[in-house]
Amino acid sequence: MTNSWTDIRNTDLVVVMGGNAAEAHPCGFKWVVEAKAHRGARLIVIDPRYTRTASVSDLYLPIRQGTDIAFLLGAIKYCIDNNKVQWEYVKNFTNAALIVKEGFSYQDGLFNGYDEQARKYDMSEWDYQIGPDGYAKVDMTLQDPRCVWNLLKEHVAIYTPEFVERVCGTPKAKFLQAVQMMAETSSPTKAMTSMYALGWTQHSKGSQNIRTMAMLQLILGNIGIRGGGMNALRGHSNIQGLTDIGLMSELMPGYLAMPHDKEVDLKTYMSTRQFKPLRPNQTSYYQNYSKFFVSLQKSLFGSVATKDNDWAYDYLPKLDKPMYDVLQTFELMHQGKVTGYFCQGFNPILAFPDRAKVTESLSKLKWLVTMDPLETETSRFWENHGDFNDVNTASIQTEVIQLPTTCFAEEEGSLVNSGRWLQWHWPGASPPGEAHHDNWIMGQLFLRVRELYRKEGGAYADPILNLTWDYADPHEPKPDELAKELNGKALADLHDPKDKSQVVARAGQQLLNFSQLADDGTTACGCWIYSGCFNEAGNNMARRDNTDADGLGTYAGWTWAWPLNRRIIYNRASADLQGKPWDPSRKIIEWDGSKWVGGDVPDIAPTAKPEEVGPFIMNAEGTARLFVRGLMKEGPFPVHYEPFESPIANPVNPKIRGNPAARVFPDDLAQFATSEEFPYAATSYRLTEHFHGWTKHNRVNAALQPQFFVEISEELAKEKNIPLGGWVRVWSKRGSVKAKAVVTKRIKPMVCDGKTVHVVGIPLHWGFTGAARKGFGPNSLTPFVGDANSQTPEFKAFLVNIENTTAPEGN
Amino acid sequence: MALPDSPRTAVSNPPTQGFIENLGPGDVIKRSATDRLPPPTRELTPVAKLIDVSKCIGCKACQSACIEWNDTHPAIEENVGVYMNPHDLTPDMFTLMRFAEWDNPDTGNLEWLIRKDGCMHCAEPGCLEACPSPGAIVQYSNGIVDFNHDNCIGCGYCIKGCPFDIPRVSKTDHKAYKCTLCSDRVAVGQGPACAKACPTKAITFGTKEDMKALAAERVVDLKSRGYENAGLYDPEGVGGTHVMYVLHHADKPHIYSDLADKPKVSPVVHAWKGVTKTAGLAAVGLAAVATLAHGLLGRANKVSAEDDAHAREFLDREEPGGQP
Amino acid sequence: MSDPAAIEQGDEILPGNPPRVVRYRGATRLNHWITAACMVLLLLSGVAMFWPPLFFLTALFGGGQTARFLHPWIGVTLVISFAVLARQFWRGNLWNRTDLDWTAHMGDLVAGREEKMPEVGKFNAGQKFIFWSMALLILAMLASGVVIWEEYFGGMTSIPIQREALLVHWLGASLIMLVLILHIYAAIWVRGSFDAMIRGWVSPGWAWRHHRLWFRRLAARSADRGDARV
Repeated sequence: MTNSWTDIRNTDLVVVMGGNAAEAHPCGFKWVVEAKAHRGARLIVIDPRYTRTASVSDLYLPIRQGTDIAFLLGAIKYCIDNNKVQWEYVKNFTNAALIVKEGFSYQDGLFNGYDEQARKYDMSEWDYQIGPDGYAKVDMTLQDPRCVWNLLKEHVAIYTPEFVERVCGTPKAKFLQAVQMMAETSSPTKAMTSMYALGWTQHSKGSQNIRTMAMLQLILGNIGIRGGGMNALRGHSNIQGLTDIGLMSELMPGYLAMPHDKEVDLKTYMSTRQFKPLRPNQTSYYQNYSKFFVSLQKSLFGSVATKDNDWAYDYLPKLDKPMYDVLQTFELMHQGKVTGYFCQGFNPILAFPDRAKVTESLSKLKWLVTMDPLETETSRFWENHGDFNDVNTASIQTEVIQLPTTCFAEEEGSLVNSGRWLQWHWPGASPPGEAHHDNWIMGQLFLRVRELYRKEGGAYADPILNLTWDYADPHEPKPDELAKELNGKALADLHDPKDKSQVVARAGQQLLNFSQLADDGTTACGCWIYSGCFNEAGNNMARRDNTDADGLGTYAGWTWAWPLNRRIIYNRASADLQGKPWDPSRKIIEWDGSKWVGGDVPDIAPTAKPEEVGPFIMNAEGTARLFVRGLMKEGPFPVHYEPFESPIANPVNPKIRGNPAARVFPDDLAQFATSEEFPYAATSYRLTEHFHGWTKHNRVNAALQPQFFVEISEELAKEKNIPLGGWVRVWSKRGSVKAKAVVTKRIKPMVCDGKTVHVVGIPLHWGFTGAARKGFGPNSLTPFVGDANSQTPEFKAFLVNIENTTAPEGN
Repeated sequence: MALPDSPRTAVSNPPTQGFIENLGPGDVIKRSATDRLPPPTRELTPVAKLIDVSKCIGCKACQSACIEWNDTHPAIEENVGVYMNPHDLTPDMFTLMRFAEWDNPDTGNLEWLIRKDGCMHCAEPGCLEACPSPGAIVQYSNGIVDFNHDNCIGCGYCIKGCPFDIPRVSKTDHKAYKCTLCSDRVAVGQGPACAKACPTKAITFGTKEDMKALAAERVVDLKSRGYENAGLYDPEGVGGTHVMYVLHHADKPHIYSDLADKPKVSPVVHAWKGVTKTAGLAAVGLAAVATLAHGLLGRANKVSAEDDAHAREFLDREEPGGQP
Repeated sequence: MSDPAAIEQGDEILPGNPPRVVRYRGATRLNHWITAACMVLLLLSGVAMFWPPLFFLTALFGGGQTARFLHPWIGVTLVISFAVLARQFWRGNLWNRTDLDWTAHMGDLVAGREEKMPEVGKFNAGQKFIFWSMALLILAMLASGVVIWEEYFGGMTSIPIQREALLVHWLGASLIMLVLILHIYAAIWVRGSFDAMIRGWVSPGWAWRHHRLWFRRLAARSADRGDARV
């Protein structure tokens, strides 16, 4: 989230697209209801199904899954054509005026530099023209045909309302009604918020879905303002924390990049990180990258990390592939190249695509360790449950070790919510039976592994032997110790850079925040963006002051938000070029002539002059990017690509299947179906009554939504003669499930490219363990392909067939 | 400031200020099968739960909170093709989200009308009127209608008395169950569990006056969104209710999963517990008195000596070989 | 029209002094008293569940829950018991021409001028009225009772029908009480009637006075069989 949950109450228009906030985030959705009730805000829902969110909307629009980019580019075109643009914002706060290299081009769905064989682009031409002063060229009049704005105008030209209707199945009249409402928020005193979740991410072009809306929000001037923003609704109470502290194969804590094997030394690694400003006077905050990185290394390896050994850069593993995401890992497991798997708080049998492949992969392992507070299907993948898990147990030789852990309510620690708030919590119950905190288990494992290395040596034991492990009880690091480590501390006395006589932190003291970080080895910090969460003032995450000081829902005294307790990021953009708030009634910060002041922490240096320094300080341009340069795999502008399994060919270019830059493993390519074999467009989703596969273990949740079902329209039910509540078989090229049929008016067939498209909705909460009735997950059916940038699997758009059947065996 | 006599909200945690405990015997204003009830010792401020259907997202948090608070065990049933689970109110499910898919003929748009069903806590409760067991159902002066299970005999008359089809008799302990408006929470200053759990404040709790004012505000908002017939559901037929709905289409409650358009206690129940009861009992009483009088005042119908003689004579005549 | 003087199985005149006119066999008497006992229990439990001032009567059954539980089962017992009784009695209670005549002379009966009454068979029109009204009312009570038998049939009918059934059950019950009062009072007022249902026989004088046609037929049959002894 750029903003926070509580800020949504400040909006005028909520657009829920690529998510189902009421269903999957009912508690946060209260702020939408609040905005509606007390600001008169309107709610638009755009979804293949009439959802629970739609049930309280002012306007609902159907859309075929996987066509959001076409819709949103249509909206952008509408705004451009109808002059619904927040011009001052666009010209000054985005890269609309920057001039793009001549080599960049786009035609029929592909940009320049495409290598079909490798499914990759050469991105070198996707950048700005650099002038003799070393800065990007710019034309503030937006006349230059190569300026981003004009390229964008040209790029979106085909996305007319008629084209949108043809691709998305959204009736033109409804589309226009919705985009008119959105376009009205181009007024500086109107705000629109975008709330999205896995309905956008779980596509082979998920990142571009989000980016397209971000572009629309920039054009409307809705980023960095109260009631605006791009608000990702994280699906798990701490999934924001997961990405923040780098539990991704290509990331280290604080979104620092994991080095690649080509980056042989620190100098090479740093050469592509510390971006020089692309425009005069800009902040380009990543110039501080080395401070974050060196402090992380000091935190990891302590005194062993020195300037002389490149701060122990060699201790870090180096990637030989862009990333080892779950698809990559299971592909390697399937090939027999991964033989042991540690599965902590994960249930791949129900969570990863193409379940058959997942089961085969796990069956090839020598050992599997699962750490979970609950029984998972993964820990029982070898157990035969009739149709629900039809495996030959005798043929599976994998040794499975289950380590019972505690659940959140039995733990102390922090959870990071969608709004980047680190909220400390305390245990409400004691762990049952043999369950142990994850910290204890990890402590035991580490100490044993280190002992083995110490005794027996190894290929390169140094990183393990020298890892900092100075916890009071090495067997179980405590949550506050870990939190303090993430915040960082001074390793030597730190002085005020402006007045060297002033000591700002004594050696051993907690750092105030990341502004004190240094790259000379005098600071250690486990996660720079979290720095400030647990400083000398104490555990800021445990703060519980719910005073609404500015009456606008900032709640600055409630817990702590990264970065620097800033609640709305890019908030400098809430004020005009002179530093006056666009909307005085929704002021965040303003320029008082010498500094920025207001109810939130300014997202800019407090004394940075408004006319000089752009609001997007993390970007070298100082502006947001309508044209994203070489940062996204499938191109600097979004293009409508069909899902890999689609009921129609891509109207942009029928020859392009799926996202041309998405990674596809050779074996999986053969597993993609065509609409001739599998005529129905399926999608998967969560239900309010459950949380993933967990709550099926709870008798209350199980009673409220007891059994796996699929949802179909009355029209499809009639066509296939499927009765309400009857058993149906739904199958794809990869698997087959049996479910109860929910026949509903809330799904209606759409007409796309002249063809009737029926949607089959498949929720994801059932398996073969727990209190609820046995069932399946949609992952039995979904394709083994992910987003080109994040590798998030394409769970939201795939093809299936459906027929009447009888109850499954073992029911 | 005077201490409040009932909680004014369900949002707060246990009250930190002093609080007058309520819902004691002195707060009972109606008691089932009891004619002469001692007058209440005080008058509590009427409370109400307001269910704003237009804010409800059907998440079932209310159902879940209800199960947790009342520690009930609803069955894990089968899916029968709808979102509503369990499939009806049960002795273990005092409240239920009912989902209706309604095509609005005026706009051509689909509307998914989700209504939280449960006891309405009528001012004139049919259940209480029908109940034969003294004290099994009571009504407090703040409006809560509560079942006292110690006195419940499981006859199910409350079901017949109820105009909303709410109470359910348990097959296990043979007692009738329904929403208590969390009387056990209200009594100690907390609002109902469902209202506390509701994430969107579609369920709110407070004085009936406040709830009506809140509803009026909501109706204005709904009208601004084109729901011309938005309104409050507080049906007069049962004297008003202490659970009220804000409906987008208050002119047709039945589209909300058969919510009664004009609920009232059935005239059949009135007749049964009213005029026919008096008439029947009177007739029986009269008959008893009449026969008693006849028995005391009249002459018994005795066999006379004459009858005996006639009979004997007749028998003799009929005897084989007897004198003709 | 049935035979006005029909006799039932077990009816006979036993010789002796005085001779005993057997009116009801032992099995019949037992059957009647089971029915009667059920009726009393039903009335007690029923009225307790209907009229709050008498709710205390549920204590006789061990409390409200058991009264509620037992009432329908007692009802079922009564229905079966009454059905057995009716199987024996229904022919004797068929209407015939003397009943009209008897009914016309009801005034004489109440006034004590029994001699003006026509001769009747085993059952007079009043008894027949009681029999048939009981039969009909018990059927009505069974039908309405099943509908409101919450434990087993609670969900089988709509609530409006259940409400009507409740009303019917009460109206039926009040009518039964009226019939019962008539029945019991008649049995008390007509001295000797209780004997018929307790010891099974009546005196010849009683039979002569109240059911002369029946008596005559019995006597005639005894004479034919030659088994009457004085």
